[in-house]
Amino acid sequence: MKFLRQTLAVAAKDLRSEIRGKEAVNASVSFALVILLLFSFAFDLEPAEIRDISGGLLWLIFAFAGTLILNRSFARELMNDCLDALLASPVSGAQLFLGKCLANYVLIVIVECISLPVFAIFYNVRLPQRLALLFVVMLLGTWGITVIGTMFSAMTVNLRLRELMLPTLIYPMLIPALIGAIELSRVLITGAPLAESLFWFRVLVAFNVIFTILALALVEIVLVG
Amino acid sequence: MRLKIIVTLAVIAGLILAWNLHRIFIQVPDEASQGAIFRIIYFHVPAAITSFTGFYLAMFSGVGYLISKDLRLDSIAASINEVSLAFATITICTGSIWGRIIWGIWWTWDARLTSYFVCLLIYFGYFMLRRAIDDPTTRARLSAVLSIFACVDIVLVWKSIEWFRTQHPGPVLEIRGGGGMAPGMEAPLWWNFLALLMLATALVLIRTRQEGMRREIDALRRHAHAF
Repeated sequence: MKFLRQTLAVAAKDLRSEIRGKEAVNASVSFALVILLLFSFAFDLEPAEIRDISGGLLWLIFAFAGTLILNRSFARELMNDCLDALLASPVSGAQLFLGKCLANYVLIVIVECISLPVFAIFYNVRLPQRLALLFVVMLLGTWGITVIGTMFSAMTVNLRLRELMLPTLIYPMLIPALIGAIELSRVLITGAPLAESLFWFRVLVAFNVIFTILALALVEIVLVG
Repeated sequence: MRLKIIVTLAVIAGLILAWNLHRIFIQVPDEASQGAIFRIIYFHVPAAITSFTGFYLAMFSGVGYLISKDLRLDSIAASINEVSLAFATITICTGSIWGRIIWGIWWTWDARLTSYFVCLLIYFGYFMLRRAIDDPTTRARLSAVLSIFACVDIVLVWKSIEWFRTQHPGPVLEIRGGGGMAPGMEAPLWWNFLALLMLATALVLIRTRQEGMRREIDALRRHAHAF
């Protein structure tokens, strides 16, 4: 119980700080809009074709925009040596990591909830009737991005080139989660039968479980040594 | 002593390779459907197995560092990863040459090519991370963690891309569920694997020695700055 309370305290602290400053969310939403604009120049497709590739486009936007939030996650603690203070506080590395993960997760989901309808309007894509399922896919895929991103954000926090290092390191790692999320989103948006793609749910869940456990086990080594 | 081991390994590997090259190009006949280009398998498959063996050995060496905090294990892990990355590049290049002849294209986003490419990118990231960190203990710690993440991820990447799409030929060797090769065709492949493994070991020993020297130089430099 105490573990959960302290974890939520870290998450609440990060969310409060972000709500007051709105630095990362503003940048992330703006970036998502910029990518949406750029895609319009890159493709000139028929509506059916757009629906076919919409899963890929959506997750590219989510992954790119999410990185901006993840980059800030640990970097915001560098000012005034806040990270050292957090590490010295009676909160374990796993709690700190999980708290930051939860805060990042909420922020990325907010950005996604803004980008999704904008994407649908700009590209004339009718959102599927199975919108709840698409939301479940978004939640699962985003947790994968968040766990890997927060872990690598902790690893690269003290590096000179951290803004550059984070995307270089996390995108190849995220391939299984992204493939699963893209495939499921595509199936849901095009209205294709879901039965054949159901195992991608299992891939997403397996990815999330494996890397959450691995990150919780190793984060203490990354943060404290 | 180490120098003698390196030289012995390299010489034996060289002799096996020379003998094997003679067998591959002179004694082994052309494959019925692919012709002469099939011979690339004798380098492609052993290089792939060597690289993957290396990535996992390096992970164990990294875990060893996390347990013992012995920086020599970190040097070994980095050296093995470096050599494995070289062999992974050989695998991609030989595969690409084969693809050009058989498929008519240098590259296709097929399952194994894509997974191999992802694997290369992950390990490029590993070396970028190492270069960006000056403190040896932090470097060793984070490299070991990244290595563990990479090795777990490789399996997931491999399987998920395989489910997503594949064009690569199915398994050839019997141990991977393939139909096997004709009698006399498979033996040179395993000999080549042995030779490449010995060559890789020699290279790892050389790199580990260089890493050890670099550690000493860094320590001396820090010592000099302290005064």
